[in-house]
Amino acid sequence: MMTVSNSNASLLDVRNLTIDLPRGADRPFAVEDLTFTLERGEILCVVGESGSGKSMTAHAVMGLLPKAVKVSSGGIRHDGTDVLSLPERDQRALRGGRIAMIFQEPMTALNPLMRVGDQIDEVLRYHTTLDRAARRARVVELLASVGLPEPDQLRRSYPFRLSGGQRQRVMIAMALAVEPDVLIADEPTTALDVTTQKQILELIRDIQVKRRMGVMFITHDFGVVAEIAHRVAVMQKGKLVEIGPAAEVLNRPQHPYTRQLIAAVPHLIEHREAFGDERKPVLTAEKVCKTFHIGGGFFAPSRKVVAGNALSLTIRQGETVGLVGESGSGKSTLGRSIVGLIKPDSGRIMFEGVDLLSLSRTAFRPYRRHVQMVFQDPYASLNPRHTVGDIITQGPVAFGEDRGRALEKAKALLKLVGLDASAAERFPHEFSGGQRQRISIARALALEPKLLIADEPVSALDVSVQAQVLDLLEDLRHRLNLSMLFITHDLRIAAQICDTIAVMQKGSIVEIGPARDVFGNPQHAYTRQLLDAIPGKGWTIPEDVMSTGRHGAALRTSA
Amino acid sequence: MPRIAVFISQRLVKAVFVVLAIAVFNFFLVHAAPGDPAAVMAGEAGAADAKFVEQLRQQFGLDRPLYEQLGTYMGKVVQADLGYSYRQQRPVFDLLMDRLPVTLSLTLTSFVLALIGGVALGTLAAMRAGTWSDTAITVVGLTAYATPIFWIGLMLILLFSVNLGWLPAFGTESIGAGYTGWAALMDRVEHLVLPVVTLGLFYMAVYTRLTRASILEVRDMDFVKTARAKGLPEWRIVSVHILRNAILPVITVAGFQAGHLIGGSILIETVFALPGIGRLAFEAVLQRDYQVLLGIFLLTSVVVVIFNLLTDLIYSLVDPRIEVAP
Repeated sequence: MMTVSNSNASLLDVRNLTIDLPRGADRPFAVEDLTFTLERGEILCVVGESGSGKSMTAHAVMGLLPKAVKVSSGGIRHDGTDVLSLPERDQRALRGGRIAMIFQEPMTALNPLMRVGDQIDEVLRYHTTLDRAARRARVVELLASVGLPEPDQLRRSYPFRLSGGQRQRVMIAMALAVEPDVLIADEPTTALDVTTQKQILELIRDIQVKRRMGVMFITHDFGVVAEIAHRVAVMQKGKLVEIGPAAEVLNRPQHPYTRQLIAAVPHLIEHREAFGDERKPVLTAEKVCKTFHIGGGFFAPSRKVVAGNALSLTIRQGETVGLVGESGSGKSTLGRSIVGLIKPDSGRIMFEGVDLLSLSRTAFRPYRRHVQMVFQDPYASLNPRHTVGDIITQGPVAFGEDRGRALEKAKALLKLVGLDASAAERFPHEFSGGQRQRISIARALALEPKLLIADEPVSALDVSVQAQVLDLLEDLRHRLNLSMLFITHDLRIAAQICDTIAVMQKGSIVEIGPARDVFGNPQHAYTRQLLDAIPGKGWTIPEDVMSTGRHGAALRTSA
Repeated sequence: MPRIAVFISQRLVKAVFVVLAIAVFNFFLVHAAPGDPAAVMAGEAGAADAKFVEQLRQQFGLDRPLYEQLGTYMGKVVQADLGYSYRQQRPVFDLLMDRLPVTLSLTLTSFVLALIGGVALGTLAAMRAGTWSDTAITVVGLTAYATPIFWIGLMLILLFSVNLGWLPAFGTESIGAGYTGWAALMDRVEHLVLPVVTLGLFYMAVYTRLTRASILEVRDMDFVKTARAKGLPEWRIVSVHILRNAILPVITVAGFQAGHLIGGSILIETVFALPGIGRLAFEAVLQRDYQVLLGIFLLTSVVVVIFNLLTDLIYSLVDPRIEVAP
């Protein structure tokens, strides 16, 4: 196209790259003295936690850095050409033409007001000289090549009609439109269900092999790394701490940070004792049914979504029950029904001998304090205008506790969840995601609940923070003899923390039993399918890393 | 398209009932105000004789019970007969049709100009957020928004008519000039410039602020990054990806304001001495001219209903996620 291919040069050659952050940021550089290469036909996984500079690097390669952020030294060469010194016009030709990118959030990465076919067509319009008919044929061909059904009709769909996995396929089709030689994938499967993730990973690997592309794959999940990487680069706070062949880094990690990250990966089989039946049940759900009617009106019949189909489940004193399933399987609906946020159509939810569903709003109120919930998104679930102290004490005060005493208790709770008592005077935005989730847990515990419903409490957090919050929950349940319903889509996490596992699919519990049985000897085909989709299942975390990682647990209470 | 046809016909049927209900409500509203046209006319004639007033009342049918008056009024409304203004000695419908072109040419022109100008300026300001051009647009917009509209009108007259003498200060045409054809048209346009600018400036300020805020929100969204990653030129990113998504709230407010096109220009019509609906309404209130007032109310509500329907239709065209549901 614009440069003669220089076969000696690396496909992508990043050398001594330093990217400045604007003044006032928590550190001077987003990326510091970064050097690595990407070769043809290779998948390089760049691993690190949020804020490690991995996305910044990708954006620098694409020329998509935010205005306030500048490359201060070093260079990026694509096929021998210095990318950074190119005029804007040539950079545009490179972007989407020879270097393409796909993003994390398929739900928002497509223009909601444009048909998906038109969005792919745009790339062809600006990077090729094809005429209208040829472009249309190419769009259909691309959609078919990423495994989308009925591509000729699908190209006329708007993004909101497609599922997350389908949208990510559209994004990939768009990225491949003009056969780029570099594909940058920025956490492309993080927002997807396990089974969808598996399919997308397979698709990326297929395409990469077929077209001999170089793929720079950004992720925080070592399971995914084990699944697809040829080489691995680990980044921490803007610096490259380790780079090498996948087998080396995964099995013989050198840098302490790499070891810490690997140790924090939730692992499939924890040898947890089966939970005895002899303890008394705290909560029993019996044949809970819920059907949602979506849309509809005078002329169009509404669409029925069955979120709960005769769900039965028992949670005993001190037991953690995991509710596992993909998005839309109805697991949150059950959790919300128990706390009384959703009214099921039929069935009974027995709490200490009382059917919660039969109670009126006022009669239900005393029970609210016994069943508390921790929500998924620690950024959205805390009121930004209230101090942490207010947030924690509001519940007890509403139940008649003296304000002063409630505040004392709140401070004790903050210490219990590993924060400083002074946190009570501060506002939620002053805390990191992991700290906020600790605050959410303290808020739930303030009412001294007998049952805690945790709805995906760690899925918005980084791996190492995730491990810390899980350790905290595990610790609390032993100390307070808490019963817990733990809702998650991640089987590895469920395996780590739950005594009993219930697997949900399309509104039904398809399998329920002790965690060890469900994972060790799955009965239902869907459970097997879910287990099979876990990334990196062929890789076992090296023993020595595990032990150092667990010793490093002291580090965990501080974050 | 049959879906849209069903939607429109259903909405129109509903609209008829809404307008009739409004007509009844207006009737009581107008009669709740103290005084009636007979008293005002008698007062102006200088004859405070109670018998004369009574005679006038009888002549206008004001001595009838209220429900009977309502019956008569509604009976005529459904036949599109808006009644007769005894004050002006003309049918109300003719009066309205006389005044409507003046008001519409004023408000529609300024509305369209304000919308186009506001969206363009707002886009410019947002894309250059933080630079001097953004600051300049924001300051001018705020000033136009905060300054009383009649004062802007007076200042423009002072500058362009009195001092510079470029444009006429009032009326719709030069009286007695006897222009024909092209010259007559240009004469009318010249008379419209100042009122249109005065009214438009205010609305333009509203749309500028709205567009700017909306674009600032949209331009950092993921799909804009996707568009950049595709290597599209900047103008295409702005026009196809950012602006189209950012325009939705502007449509909402514009549709809302379009409903005020008929009644919203009283001040302007007064300052520039334009014989429009706004002035007619003002005079009708002073003279307790019930029939005229009711006619104007009815016309206004019909316009509001129509523009609401149009807004919903435009919404469903711009945003595929919104479906027209009857």
